[in-house]
Amino acid sequence: MTSAFAVWRRNAKVWTKLIKVSMVIQFGEPLIYLLGLGYGLGQFVPAMDGLPYLTFLASGLVMSSVMNTATFEGMYSCYTRLEPQKTHQAMLATPLRVKDVVIGEQLWAATKGCVPAIALLLVATGLGAITAWTALLVPFVALLAGLAFAGFCMPIVPFARSYDYFSYFYTLVIVPMFIFSGVFYPIESLPSLAASIVNLLPLSHAVQLARPLVIGEWPSDVLLHVAVLVAYALGGGYLSIKFFERRLLD
Amino acid sequence: MTISIQQLNKRYDKNQVVKDLTLTVAKGQCFGLLGPNGAGKTTTIRMLLGMTKPDSGSITVLGHPVPSEAHLARQRIGVVPQLDNLDPDFTVEENLRVYASYFGITGEALDQRIDWLLNFAELTHKRGAKINALSGGMQRRLTIARALVNDPELVVLDEPTTGLDPQVRHLIWSRLRELQRQGKTLLLTTHYMEEAERLCDELAIIDGGEFVTQGSPRELTQQHIEPHVFEFAELVGGQSVSLSQLEGIRLEQSGTTWYAYTHAPERVQQWVNEQGGVVMLQRQHNLEDVFLRLTRRDLRD
Repeated sequence: MTSAFAVWRRNAKVWTKLIKVSMVIQFGEPLIYLLGLGYGLGQFVPAMDGLPYLTFLASGLVMSSVMNTATFEGMYSCYTRLEPQKTHQAMLATPLRVKDVVIGEQLWAATKGCVPAIALLLVATGLGAITAWTALLVPFVALLAGLAFAGFCMPIVPFARSYDYFSYFYTLVIVPMFIFSGVFYPIESLPSLAASIVNLLPLSHAVQLARPLVIGEWPSDVLLHVAVLVAYALGGGYLSIKFFERRLLD
Repeated sequence: MTISIQQLNKRYDKNQVVKDLTLTVAKGQCFGLLGPNGAGKTTTIRMLLGMTKPDSGSITVLGHPVPSEAHLARQRIGVVPQLDNLDPDFTVEENLRVYASYFGITGEALDQRIDWLLNFAELTHKRGAKINALSGGMQRRLTIARALVNDPELVVLDEPTTGLDPQVRHLIWSRLRELQRQGKTLLLTTHYMEEAERLCDELAIIDGGEFVTQGSPRELTQQHIEPHVFEFAELVGGQSVSLSQLEGIRLEQSGTTWYAYTHAPERVQQWVNEQGGVVMLQRQHNLEDVFLRLTRRDLRD
């Protein structure tokens, strides 16, 4: 585990060098969504599922921002270190093993996913959309969700031959998950088959944990949601180790 | 024994890249692994570092079975890969620091080690430079310095001087000799016979993944090649036939050049005098002759 943290620290060190640029993006993107959609649509949609629309949207966007950031880090950035930069190969000439590299990458992607989530919580609180103390638990949900999203995308990285490969995954899987997982409207408004499919994916479970917490309520079916996220985190992590081993130790 | 490889095999699809290879490297030796492109040198090195899984065979490095305990062996090994994979997100010093963290090395001892390494690689003035701003020779020196960050007992170098200018090559040679004097075991692959001759105590030649021969550079040259060599840039008409018919001459062609090997140089000299106007170079036998003879002269692609 200490070895995996060496990988985490390496990535964190690169990030701190670029933190100014990074922060503009981390705060900027969710802020645009929140203000643009929250205020714009909020005019026409005074309440959604019993919540003010800005609050409803903010609680969903917190988790989708984790997904976007952790997925980007776990796919594009991780691939950059795997292939063009050969950073992982360099690591494997040291006492680090493939599992250390993969676990370190997964932890890092999850950590980075928490950054926009916290930024969004702060912005939404500043706008008065979040007032409950239980919102302080949301970053922990974000960390777990980040591990799940990284576990969801990282197994495909060793199969990639170029960055184009990820565009398919992003357009065909991540974007639909973003649209249909209850970020913008409740899942219950989907046809039941669609809702069932969405519930197989990690994002809706993350949202169902976060949304009650921002309004001071305890989520229902906590165990189920946590179990799904843990399953993605562990199962995806395990597959990633196996597939990275096949590519790196060839 | 620092390295012991027994009956090692590796196959990629139908291509057997390493075949029943058995090698041992003694402590403190500078051991050269020679072979043409595609001979299996890099694959062998990767397998003994636990970075490629062998199909069969056994490997022990620094007392650890590989690949099962390769990460423990690597704690005491320095690796210089064939292609530089320095971290482009970091400066020269940060590269050493981050790499050290993979070994769990931090603190004051590391500060001192980094000063020593930068001095060793003559990169002290580039401490804060970005990797992209370094020349190829500097990047190579940094890669070597990086491999020494853990003060390794064994240093593995895959073609350490390929593509470098003579100044850098000589600097690297002198540094590798210094490491030898410190008692470190060196395993290197190279295409440069001059490099192998200068640095290595012991050499193994492999070809097509198979062991060909082993010995000191001097032993190999004496065993396999006659002491006198004549090179002819061009032989016309029946010259090659008449030269090859001299007693005690072995004539071979590589590219357009002819090589005559012999224990009796006076016969060749006499023949040259009789011919008149033949361009000829006479020299002592060397390791390159051994290499070309044992790995045959055809091109490898």
